[in-house]
Amino acid sequence: MNTTTAPLAATALPAIEASPSYWAGVRRRLLQDRVAVVCMVILALIVLGALLAPWIAPHDPAVGSVLKRLKPVGTPGHPLGTDELGRDMLTRLLFGGRTSLLMGIAPVATALLIGGTLGMVAGFLGGRVNAVIMRSVDVVFAFPSVLLAVAIAGALGAGIGNTLLALTIVLIPPLVRVTESATTQVRAIEFIDAARASGAGNAVIMRAHVLSNVIGPVLVYATSLLSVSIIMAAGLSFIGLGAKPPTAEWGLMLNTLRNALYSQPLVAALPGVLIFAVSLCFNLLADGLRNAMEVQ
Amino acid sequence: MFTYLLKRLLYTVPIALAVTALCFSLVYLAPGDPLSAVLPSDASQEIIDIVKAQYGLDQPVFVQYWLWLKHALMGDLGQSISSGRPVADEIGKAIGNSLLLAGLASALAFTVGTVLGIFAGYRHGTATDRGLSALAIAGVSIPHYWLGIVLVAIFSARLNWLPAMGAGPEGSAGWSLEQVPYVVLPVLTLAAMPAGIVMRSVRALVAETLGRDFIVGLTAKGMGQAAIFRHLVKNIAPTTLAVLGVQLGYLMAGSILVETVFAWPGTGLLLNTAILQRDIPLLQGTIFVLAMFFVGLNLLVDMLQPLFDPRMKRT
Repeated sequence: MNTTTAPLAATALPAIEASPSYWAGVRRRLLQDRVAVVCMVILALIVLGALLAPWIAPHDPAVGSVLKRLKPVGTPGHPLGTDELGRDMLTRLLFGGRTSLLMGIAPVATALLIGGTLGMVAGFLGGRVNAVIMRSVDVVFAFPSVLLAVAIAGALGAGIGNTLLALTIVLIPPLVRVTESATTQVRAIEFIDAARASGAGNAVIMRAHVLSNVIGPVLVYATSLLSVSIIMAAGLSFIGLGAKPPTAEWGLMLNTLRNALYSQPLVAALPGVLIFAVSLCFNLLADGLRNAMEVQ
Repeated sequence: MFTYLLKRLLYTVPIALAVTALCFSLVYLAPGDPLSAVLPSDASQEIIDIVKAQYGLDQPVFVQYWLWLKHALMGDLGQSISSGRPVADEIGKAIGNSLLLAGLASALAFTVGTVLGIFAGYRHGTATDRGLSALAIAGVSIPHYWLGIVLVAIFSARLNWLPAMGAGPEGSAGWSLEQVPYVVLPVLTLAAMPAGIVMRSVRALVAETLGRDFIVGLTAKGMGQAAIFRHLVKNIAPTTLAVLGVQLGYLMAGSILVETVFAWPGTGLLLNTAILQRDIPLLQGTIFVLAMFFVGLNLLVDMLQPLFDPRMKRT
């Protein structure tokens, strides 16, 4: 028997972390996937446009002219036309991206952190801790996600902060479930026993061994949730929750432009094109990541 | 088998109770005093106390919850602030319209999703499969409220073929043939996402099942394509029905956006009114009924599963 368990554990731990060759392989496979690359480029352009909006937008997003209401796409000075208050559409779409992307992405990121941690703890510790966490999650699952988001945001009242909170609460349970089931599977593999036998504590095992093994499937799932979240966030603004006028936000713009549907259908549909594009790209990217990470 | 059904049934009780508690607590999430809507701003403390006692607001929270639950289960969901009518009546009028939309959309999504999914599964890996899969992922990713707007722009504004909003004139039986054109666009809009979801899962199931050993064995024994197809359907039916059941529930709840687009007089439009008017009793009541519907539907789907999946009977 080996009598030098402690030093062995200390030296062995870093070596068991996810090998860089795996992630290099993932990156290589992802870059070979043409659909995934196109999606990443489109997403990068939209995000960049939103980030740089104050510097690249041709007009002021809040200022319009009554004389220039609802100009068609291709109007000189307004390449994507103007909205019902005569504000430049290109400018509002760029600024709208800041709000819509924030409202769609931030809840997933927060829910990933909270839900991922809860799921890992539940899956790893099992027993009573697992039961408490998973049964609470079941209650939230008893609500259809859209309904719960509408209920929370509806009761709290309109506002970007309330919508972020509502979406985060709705997105935590699915992430807990996915992480928990991935963790439970990993826990059964022998290397966890080996790490424990060599003296590693729960925290170390979770961080060094479990995390690196569950992060793949969880990230793939979170990417597909981004698509759902973008649609829901803009949808909440569309029905009067979420962003309030005169804030530029894609869902809200769709709503205020509804009366223009008969006179300028192309302009009225533009904000939805962006929501669709972002949501579709995140979904296709999730499929690409799934293949690249060889997750089922 | 019997224990499975019993366990599933018993498991629903705590879930349903927790759901009612969540619905009840919505009132406390709302900012501001719930009484401010019914009381004049200069009401004296005496009047405030009397009204508080009338509404039971002077009781501890648990007692309030119990009273609310008792009333809710007996069909009394309080009064709508915006219309002054009982919330239960408002929901009763609206829920049939929502069920009609959700039912038709589920039927359409199920048919389209299953047929195209089986087709794509059989053609696994071909250009047809890739084309159909692209269609399915577009269906899953499309913001349905925007799809509704686009359909209105094309079929109502441009072509003038179909009405853009409302449910049309009601007939004597509650429904009339004149209303059929009003249903078309909302149903198409609502069906896009579940059709994509059903198609993706059916395609994956078919492709996986066709690659399994027993199919290869049956083919080797010389079984015809039609007979193999029967085996295939038996294998994919349980999962497909489960997906569909959950989707029907999602459609009932998710139709809030589509009903808003088409001004369809269902529960979604009620929720929209409740949000715009800050009518918390109406919001709470509608959410309660829809959530209970969803809990019941999930229970039903799980209880029916063994019927379609004989493998479950043995466990």
